Amino acid sequence: MPSLDDYKGQNPAWCPGCGNFSILKTFKDAVVELGIEPHQFTIVSGIGQAGKFPHYLKCNTFNGLHGRTLPVATGIRLSNHDMLVIAVAGDGDCYGEGGNHLMHTMRRNINVKLFVHDNQIYGLTKGQASPTSMATDKGGPVTKNQPFGVLSAELNPMALAVALDCSFVARGFAGDAEHLKGLIKDAINHKGFTLVDILQPCVTFNKINTYEWYRQRVYHMEPEYNPEDRIEAFKKALEWGDRIPIGIIYKNNRPIFEERIPVIKDIPLVRQPFDIARIGNTLKEFY
Amino acid sequence: MDYSIKIGGEAGQGIQTIGDTLARVFSKAGYYVFTHQDYESRIRGGHNFFQIRFSDKPVMASRDKIDILVALDKESIEQHEKELSEYGQIIYDSVTLKQQREKSYFLDIPFVNLAAEHGGNKIMANTVATGAVLGMLGMELDILLDIIKDTFKKKGEDIIKANINAAMAGHDYAVKECIKCSFSAAPISRPRMLIAGNDAIGLGAIASGCKFYAAYPMTPSTGIMEYVASKAKEYGIVIEQAEDEIAAINMTLGASFAGVRAMTGSSGGGFALMVEGLSLAAMTETPIVIALAQRPGPATGFPTRTEQAELQFALYTAHGEFPRVIFAPGTPEQAFYLTNKAFDIAEKYQIPVFILTDQYLADSQWTFDEFDSSKIKYTDYRLRGEAFEKLTEYKRHAFTDNGVSPLGVPGDAKHLVVTDSDEHDEEGHIVEDAETRIKMVNKRLFKKLPLIRKEIEPPSIYGHSNPEIVISGWGSTYGVMKEAVDELSANWDIAMLHFSEVYPLPSINKFNYLKILKDAKMTICIENNATGQFARLIRAETGYTFNRLINRFDGRPFTVESLIGEIDALIR
Repeated sequence: MPSLDDYKGQNPAWCPGCGNFSILKTFKDAVVELGIEPHQFTIVSGIGQAGKFPHYLKCNTFNGLHGRTLPVATGIRLSNHDMLVIAVAGDGDCYGEGGNHLMHTMRRNINVKLFVHDNQIYGLTKGQASPTSMATDKGGPVTKNQPFGVLSAELNPMALAVALDCSFVARGFAGDAEHLKGLIKDAINHKGFTLVDILQPCVTFNKINTYEWYRQRVYHMEPEYNPEDRIEAFKKALEWGDRIPIGIIYKNNRPIFEERIPVIKDIPLVRQPFDIARIGNTLKEFY
Repeated sequence: MDYSIKIGGEAGQGIQTIGDTLARVFSKAGYYVFTHQDYESRIRGGHNFFQIRFSDKPVMASRDKIDILVALDKESIEQHEKELSEYGQIIYDSVTLKQQREKSYFLDIPFVNLAAEHGGNKIMANTVATGAVLGMLGMELDILLDIIKDTFKKKGEDIIKANINAAMAGHDYAVKECIKCSFSAAPISRPRMLIAGNDAIGLGAIASGCKFYAAYPMTPSTGIMEYVASKAKEYGIVIEQAEDEIAAINMTLGASFAGVRAMTGSSGGGFALMVEGLSLAAMTETPIVIALAQRPGPATGFPTRTEQAELQFALYTAHGEFPRVIFAPGTPEQAFYLTNKAFDIAEKYQIPVFILTDQYLADSQWTFDEFDSSKIKYTDYRLRGEAFEKLTEYKRHAFTDNGVSPLGVPGDAKHLVVTDSDEHDEEGHIVEDAETRIKMVNKRLFKKLPLIRKEIEPPSIYGHSNPEIVISGWGSTYGVMKEAVDELSANWDIAMLHFSEVYPLPSINKFNYLKILKDAKMTICIENNATGQFARLIRAETGYTFNRLINRFDGRPFTVESLIGEIDALIR
């Protein structure tokens, strides 16, 4: 069984107090409790503070380009569906630069676990608006790059995901570790593409959406809430403002993409042998 | 004998079906065949043509003169009547074209009425036309009938019979009515292989153990994906049409990272979107093969036409400095073997390798005696299973003597495979220090480069061994240049110097091609682009400047006569 010691990675280069520390600790707790060993999974991450995540634990790692986590994760899963593949991205990374990939990965329903560290701001590039930043006239920030305020409406990733029939849609909060750990475990155990949007205070650049701001608003969903009812889920996904629901907003049992590709139904692609002798028959087809 | 047949008409009229079928008949009859297509970017209408040249001697380019024009519309007659050879004939259906032609080289064949009468459906008019062409050539129908049986196998006996009757009706009509036909073409040898550039690349990929192909459709590269897709079930290949080219190259890199041979392909505009991923492949040292099928730009350009204007793009695109290899096959046969070499080198050195083609090579078909599968190289350079597990320590980007680090398959061992698009240490973790940076650049670039350079084969020379005139080029102009040399050799000491492995530029150790150039009185670089990109590469890398350039940039390929005319004007 793995222990937390097995997961000791590099020293994080995050700001003191960053919401990412809590996510990192919680994630390690979750994989240790699930009995997953470091070599049994791969984290694909992008660029931004969240992109550094895999270096701060131990696992197979592909820290790729800004916005491109999901296509890389898809390629890995299609080649080796015995491998647990986790994608870690930030809100700018996944909802901005990689928005198109998010949409189509949900459509495919590839069995990748996506965790978005959503701090509603750009950290690494120092404080510009992100797709989830609130518009200035709705209480959002004024930034150096948005001199007239944030004019675009904020993206609602939960509503987007429910609209696209994403297989598992959840929201967590970095300030509620125990609850977040449950969501991480549920997502890993769910068969299908999972989106967990994690509210993550940025202590340096986001002076609006602070720990305090979130704590006053987030609430655990009622025990009788049924995440399999898509219409109810859509209503729940639209809740944002004075009250912000955290937990599993929606889930379904759509078949996963990998299982629908006949050639990898039984054996992962990477374990399939290649027999060069067969090419002779194929060459005959050109006569 | 050396005949050219052109089938012209609107998109959607079945030009390609007639052309493909005739080309197969000729190659099965043992002839050397060359076909090329000229089509517009539309599904219906416009003017398209399919040109077939076949001969009892090797042919590898199109001629301007045509012997038989199958005109499925009026436009075909207007555009191509002037291309008719001395004994050429035009066949058409006066009912479809709603006009009668009087000149003696026109032959009115009622394709539609014969189809309705003998095949029971006017949809078989193209089968009538195909049969008619064979009748004009004095060929028997047995090969065509076999093709029909094979093509319509799944549609049942009735359809097969109807098509056979239609083909026979066309054939018999032409035999009886084409009084002026003086063609003669009987089967001459065992069947030859007939293959197009795109299919040859797909075939080369499959033969190299390619297991993953992700792309976004873009003319003229789509045929590669289609061919690989057609073999996906048989060979166990995962093929994914990505949401865009950015996703395509990143998926391909993910697959390669996970341990399978992977490839993507596009044309210039789509490849432009992949450029960031190319740089990612370089930094993470993830093997990848990229097929780049050129078409005329800038921007959307001529979507369905040909050009060789992306050499400099492929050479210099992507941020940062890293090794890359560019192959530019001149024939489908070269495309087959070079695709195999691309997979081998990409994995051996963990670098990106390009197959650079163009619409002309992608869509044209050539005949060959055979492809030799024993020449296919397959070495698995990855570290898998037990061999990986038994290592006491593993670092994905370990410093080694040759710069190549062990390429472990994640999940196969307890060792972790870590890589990063940031500059990283041997383990793959992000670093900021100058010392590691220098070591990594040395490893990725300077240590690998001399080894990669040794893998590159010199250009091929054809013609006079001590030439006064050297014509030079790269990629798809191989065939037309070779034919030009054949013709011009009668009066000149001329040779062709053709490069199919264009970057890194071959060293002169194995074959001193620079001496050939320097010793010649006149050297001409021939390219299907406006500025002479290859000539510029030669000058940049060797200091050698070609005497003259011949450039064609109208979106059309060189034909034998047009090229000879241009060369002749320069050397006379």
